[in-house]
Amino acid sequence: MTEHTLAEHTLTATDLRLAYDRREVVHGLSVAVPPGKMTMIVGPNACGKSTLLRGLARLLAPVGGTVELDGRDISTIPGREVATVLGILPQSPAAPEGITVADLVGRGRYPHQGWFRRWTAQDDAAVNEALTATDTIELAARPVAELSGGQRQRVWIAMALAQRTDLLLLDEPTTYLDVAHQVEVLDLLVDLNVTSGTTIVVVLHDLNLACRYADHLIAMRDGAILAEGAPADVVTTDVIERVFGMRSRIIPDPLSGTPMVVPESRHRMENSA
Amino acid sequence: MTAHAVVAGVRRRARLTTLVLAVLAAALLLLALSVGTAVVSLPDVLSTLAGQGSRATDYIVLERRLPRAMTALLVGAAFGLSGAVLQSLLGNPLASPDVIGISAGAGASAVTAIVVFGAAGPPVALAALLGALLTAALMYVLAWRDGVTGYRLVLVGIGLAAILLSVTSYFMTRSQVTSAQDALVWLTGSLNESGLDELVPLAIALTILVPATAISARALDLLAFGDDTASGLGVEVRRTRLALLVCAVALAGTATAAAGPIAFVALLSAPIGRRLARDGGPALLPSALTGAVIVAAADFAAQHAPGLPQVPVGVLTGAIGAPYLLFLLARMNRGGHGG
Repeated sequence: MTEHTLAEHTLTATDLRLAYDRREVVHGLSVAVPPGKMTMIVGPNACGKSTLLRGLARLLAPVGGTVELDGRDISTIPGREVATVLGILPQSPAAPEGITVADLVGRGRYPHQGWFRRWTAQDDAAVNEALTATDTIELAARPVAELSGGQRQRVWIAMALAQRTDLLLLDEPTTYLDVAHQVEVLDLLVDLNVTSGTTIVVVLHDLNLACRYADHLIAMRDGAILAEGAPADVVTTDVIERVFGMRSRIIPDPLSGTPMVVPESRHRMENSA
Repeated sequence: MTAHAVVAGVRRRARLTTLVLAVLAAALLLLALSVGTAVVSLPDVLSTLAGQGSRATDYIVLERRLPRAMTALLVGAAFGLSGAVLQSLLGNPLASPDVIGISAGAGASAVTAIVVFGAAGPPVALAALLGALLTAALMYVLAWRDGVTGYRLVLVGIGLAAILLSVTSYFMTRSQVTSAQDALVWLTGSLNESGLDELVPLAIALTILVPATAISARALDLLAFGDDTASGLGVEVRRTRLALLVCAVALAGTATAAAGPIAFVALLSAPIGRRLARDGGPALLPSALTGAVIVAAADFAAQHAPGLPQVPVGVLTGAIGAPYLLFLLARMNRGGHGG
């Protein structure tokens, strides 16, 4: 993997303010993504976590503050150059009609190619490796539209992998997947993180899976970060209540030992004594 | 099958399609040069093209037939390319210059020039080109809402087309019969008058516009994956979209300026090109070649088909294209969405 330099790249935001149509969603937030680690962003609906990810990936221009990639203001770096270092998998991406898996994954090579199509042996190697890593090589000739939700999500991740970036940002990559496929996708990301040293940032809905898989957890509410750090340090009943407005009990995950949040509810609490 | 084999297979198919279409276009060109009131044999056509012709064949092939045949091919290619870019860019099979008002703008402007100012020849062409560009600019401004989406642009374009068609009708009804006749022939799209005056500006425009479009072709392909994915892969989405829109409009505008709005060529060529190439991309080259083949074939039929009077080429393309437009609309309605 010659294009990789192990976790050399840094991504930080300073006083970042992000808005849609003048409606501010992220209010003056500062964060530094830990290089070479798995970072998971959690928070209630509409807390601005996806917006933050889009801002970090240069998909949304800030209305205030800056995002810096390797210490340079990301808005001043040409898109192509950013795309060789930082990959983003948007939430529920769309594929054009009739495209095959191999073709879709091949599109991930765009930032590494010149103005006119020049397909090199290195492109081939990257696509093959991405298909192998995501266990989709058998699907290569199939149209994307015919795949199941889980297969399709793995194919999209394969496209992001074919891009061979040192930083990979994913917006809810497990949406619409059953629990087995969710675990499969997250395991795949850990593989990538361990074998290639890729820095990974994931917006994730499932709090307990985030606690299990994150090296670094970021908890957001109302466009601000309420707490961040290792899940074992961050996740307390108090933090969960402040972030989600929900009382809970926290027990160790019997398999990973990471914190597991058990929500309190109004009904079916017979063992709560 | 490995990914490499799949990708290579797709590429091979796209290349083969391009080759077959190019051969077809060349064959139509030779046919158009050969057939007419005086038939010139194929070997004579080839030797004339190579500069070895007699005075008679030089006159018939090079002076009489070549400008018209080349204009047909280039106009078709420009419409085909324009339609392919617009449809891919706006993600809508209806997005074609004849549907979204570009041709209507060129038409209204040209008819105004013919009927009101008594213009003929190059000034009409210039008016048509300006009309196309102005309409596109107006459409873009009207559809702008913190960026431009394909669907809004198509709707605004269809609305503008309706307004512009009534402008055209107004001037037609207020005009003298003779100038209305000229305007009507122009509006149908005709190559009957095509000579070097049409061919040269068209060829110059295309030598600028085709490479400009080709540079953005790969970014165009990525825009079909949505703005976020394209942007994540390094495409400067807004800049690319605007540049491609300008190229597509200018292509349709110069083609219209040369031969009038030959109906439905832009609408038809891209889906055919895409279906033939089948690589999931915008298939720009196959679409351009398809457009060239359609116009060259239709113009040949319009001139020489037995039983047909010498009709303007636009009558024939319209007869093929209109049912396709109906089919598109019917299929969309069943799907329950407009794009």
